[in-house]
Amino acid sequence: MIENRPVLNIASHAVLIIGIVIVALPIWITFVAATHDPVRMTQAPIPMLPGGHFWENFTQTLFGGGLSGTESAPVWRMLLNSLMMALMISFGKIAISLLSAFAIVYFKFPFRMGFFWLIFITLMLPVEVRILPTFEVVADLGMLNSYWGLSIPLIASATATFMFRQVFLTIPDEMLESARIDGAGPLRFFWDILIPLSRTNIAALFVILFIYGWNQYLWPLLITTETDMTTIVMSIKQMLEAAEQSPQWNIIMMTALLAMIPPVFVVVAMQRLFVQGLTETDK
Amino acid sequence: MKLSGMLLAGTAAFALTATAAAAQTEISWWHAMGGTNGERVNKIAADFNASQSDYVVVPTYKGNYTETMTAAVAAFRAGEQPHLVQVFEVGTATMMAAKGAVYPVEQMMADAGEPFDGSAYLPAVVSYYQTSEGELLSMPFNSSTPVLWYNADALAAAGASVPSTWDEVKTTAQALVDNGMDCGFSFGWQSWVMIENFSAWHNMAMGTQENGFAGFDTEFTFNNDKVAARLQDIADMQADNLFVYGGRRGDSLPMFTNGECGMWMNSSAYYGSIKSQAEFEFGQTMLPLDTSLADAPQNSIIGGATLWALQGHESDEYKGLAKFMTYLSSADVQAWWHQETGYVPITTAAADLSAEQGFYESNPGTDTAIQQLSLNTPTPNSRGLRFGNFVQIRDVINEELEALWAGDISAAEALDNAASRGNDLLRRFERTAN
Amino acid sequence: MLKRVHFPTSLLPYLLVAPQVIITLIFFIWPASQAVYQSFLIEDAFGMSTEFVWFENFTYLATDEQYLGSFGRTIFFSVCVAFLSMSAALILAGFADRIVRGATTYRTLLIWPYAVAPVLAGALWVFMFNPTLGIFPYILEFIGVDWNHYLNGNQAMALVIFAAAWKQIAYNFLFYLAAMQSIPRSLIEAAAIDGAGPVRRFWDHIFPLISPTTFFLLVINAVYAFFDTFGIIHAVTQGGPANATTILVYKVYNDGFVGLDLGGSAAQSVILMFLVIAMTVVQFRYVERKVEY
Repeated sequence: MIENRPVLNIASHAVLIIGIVIVALPIWITFVAATHDPVRMTQAPIPMLPGGHFWENFTQTLFGGGLSGTESAPVWRMLLNSLMMALMISFGKIAISLLSAFAIVYFKFPFRMGFFWLIFITLMLPVEVRILPTFEVVADLGMLNSYWGLSIPLIASATATFMFRQVFLTIPDEMLESARIDGAGPLRFFWDILIPLSRTNIAALFVILFIYGWNQYLWPLLITTETDMTTIVMSIKQMLEAAEQSPQWNIIMMTALLAMIPPVFVVVAMQRLFVQGLTETDK
Repeated sequence: MKLSGMLLAGTAAFALTATAAAAQTEISWWHAMGGTNGERVNKIAADFNASQSDYVVVPTYKGNYTETMTAAVAAFRAGEQPHLVQVFEVGTATMMAAKGAVYPVEQMMADAGEPFDGSAYLPAVVSYYQTSEGELLSMPFNSSTPVLWYNADALAAAGASVPSTWDEVKTTAQALVDNGMDCGFSFGWQSWVMIENFSAWHNMAMGTQENGFAGFDTEFTFNNDKVAARLQDIADMQADNLFVYGGRRGDSLPMFTNGECGMWMNSSAYYGSIKSQAEFEFGQTMLPLDTSLADAPQNSIIGGATLWALQGHESDEYKGLAKFMTYLSSADVQAWWHQETGYVPITTAAADLSAEQGFYESNPGTDTAIQQLSLNTPTPNSRGLRFGNFVQIRDVINEELEALWAGDISAAEALDNAASRGNDLLRRFERTAN
Repeated sequence: MLKRVHFPTSLLPYLLVAPQVIITLIFFIWPASQAVYQSFLIEDAFGMSTEFVWFENFTYLATDEQYLGSFGRTIFFSVCVAFLSMSAALILAGFADRIVRGATTYRTLLIWPYAVAPVLAGALWVFMFNPTLGIFPYILEFIGVDWNHYLNGNQAMALVIFAAAWKQIAYNFLFYLAAMQSIPRSLIEAAAIDGAGPVRRFWDHIFPLISPTTFFLLVINAVYAFFDTFGIIHAVTQGGPANATTILVYKVYNDGFVGLDLGGSAAQSVILMFLVIAMTVVQFRYVERKVEY
């Protein structure tokens, strides 16, 4: 602290607390909605304080097949599918990106720039705008209703490669020189030096990709036809789209809460590495 | 593939279902029924599966109507299409134009040797999905029609009567607002209720070529003085809150169930929702008549979805599908479906059975939809609509009407814009359909 | 390309790039080229009849007022989202930076909306702003605001901006806080000794020093608003009322996926792809320069 100004300190805390209230309000309402009976949530104004139906809704959601009336897989199964998808996307993308960034930064080889642009052209275009042709490819390869089909097409993006390239470029050349003097080959250098040095970046990317994968909606909806392959975010959307019926807010919000727990856990648990990994590349 | 295979195999329960199903012919059915209706869809499939041992119908939820349709289209292009897919009524022209992709239900039943009697079905329900020669293309599944819902308590408190004409709607709305309500009436699915059904109800064409039934070279005619006058009147009623716009589809439902609006025009299928949410006496009655346009109403047209069979499967599988169609349209199943969901039954027998079971007596008003649909023999103006790209056209109509409600343009301008933008889309569709 | 030293050329680099290149070719380049081909076609949904029309889909777009309008809307939307979420994050980070104890706790509490799915975030905001049921219209009524985002295009736009900005605050906050904490304390102390108050210090010293972060976040937020907000718009307004919230990505989705106008939607994707490539080149230029100095 530069100087001590009690008023300003109190003000700082006050602003931060207001900020948290604003940021957390939607989540609070989710929680409140998950503790009421379904009819209460269709009466204006909706309650701001929790009701007494939390456990009832909780058990119905987790063990009662979720929303009354869908053929959907049990919630644990959907959570498992989401987890598999998120993990495969994160690990798959980190693995291929590390390798290709390594090749592009540390080797000089014919067509390097060709490969470079081939990969980086994918940097920002979201899957949604090329979704139907991509679906056809996945169907032709027989990957519908599989974890591969759920994850690999979403790996085809250069964001992670881009980031690792940045990281590798900031690593001093002396590292490579001394490694070569010690007689270390490229793979040895990659494994013993590059990976440990980019540890925080890997962690940060893991957080980003896990959340990205977990929150996918349109892609899983299109390529899964077996209910055993449904993901949790899909099922929330499904509950919201109840044609001429009114949504059962209590169950929807309870499912939403359950769906939030894993990604929130990942972010909060890994926040230190996440922040370091993200901000260090930027410096 | 391997990893997913291992994971699936690792779960004994799934392996078991897989072997049990292998002995029977599997029929896939993609549908768009979320929520409680999804459970009822499963029950229908499960009951059918239990009733015989040769076929297994496997229902799969594929998102809302548009998502289900697009999923089926994408799957067809990739050769992975289901046997049966649920498509909403506005997708009818798109499905019908895809001649090599769909298998007309009546023809499919005939090829499979399954008896089919077209006269058993309610004319106003099936006419939407027949060719102009009367061949049934798809099997109606969940059909409804717009009705006028009213808050009986609020009407009584305001000393107003249940309206049957648009003039009365106005007086009743005025009485409700004078009595302290926030809004007289509202409606949802505005293109369906206020243009498509308003035209049919007064026996007016919405487009040329028998509303598109007679040819793809149809053009919109809903931008006429009559529709414009009605919509302009409604827009003007916003000044005193006699009418309040509450969004597309069923977004305005909470306004009715929370007692803000005393009247609400929307699908008869909202019965279940209103019943569970409204804390007042409510009722449903027929759509109001515009007495300057007709002396008596014609008939309303339906909305909802039908089941389309897709090409590209084995003939044995179509046999099973045909059996399932017969099962689905049986009076018992239909009466059950009708009473549980509020959708209209598709056969006369099911309607009669429901009456016999005393359903309409214990649930007064629930036969309004059937009465509206069977008021008269459908004319070319009231049989249904067959417009290509109609999903987008409805969006166009939504957009232009929203500009009208917001006071940016007049009703005549809104309808002219909608018709001209809609005609562009019809022309684009015509080029691909031939 | 920026390294002076390299490993000798061998087969190895090809093996290393192979997985990514193969996946990119199969799942990106091939579908994208299909989309380019499709943009020259007028086709029915099932692909039963196809007509090659050269640039007709593009000329149709060029004369479509709705499409041209969505460009301006996209820019307005993106600027608002970036400004709102970045300034909120900057304020919060500025105060969090002052606090000695508890900064980590605040960070933890502020960070987690980042993990909420866009579809879900959208649903939550719809729920809170439902004109009849929502808590905000209820509060706004007391100050005389009649909230109905189903009818009022400006309110609908405001709602999607809030929802989109809300989701991004956490991310921006993290970057700003880290940037502020990396400023040497001595610098700020020196300013304090010179008599600069907290506000002066922030604007004259801290803010200029974190400008690289600001610029970086500007790019990230713009990209986010352009491409990743599709789920929010889909859940909140579906582009309505009267097209008031139809931005470019949403229109691609709506025309192609909902309307099944594959040619028209593909043409929009192609235009979007060129935009993306242009933005990528810009971003490279910027980042590259930063790395070099």
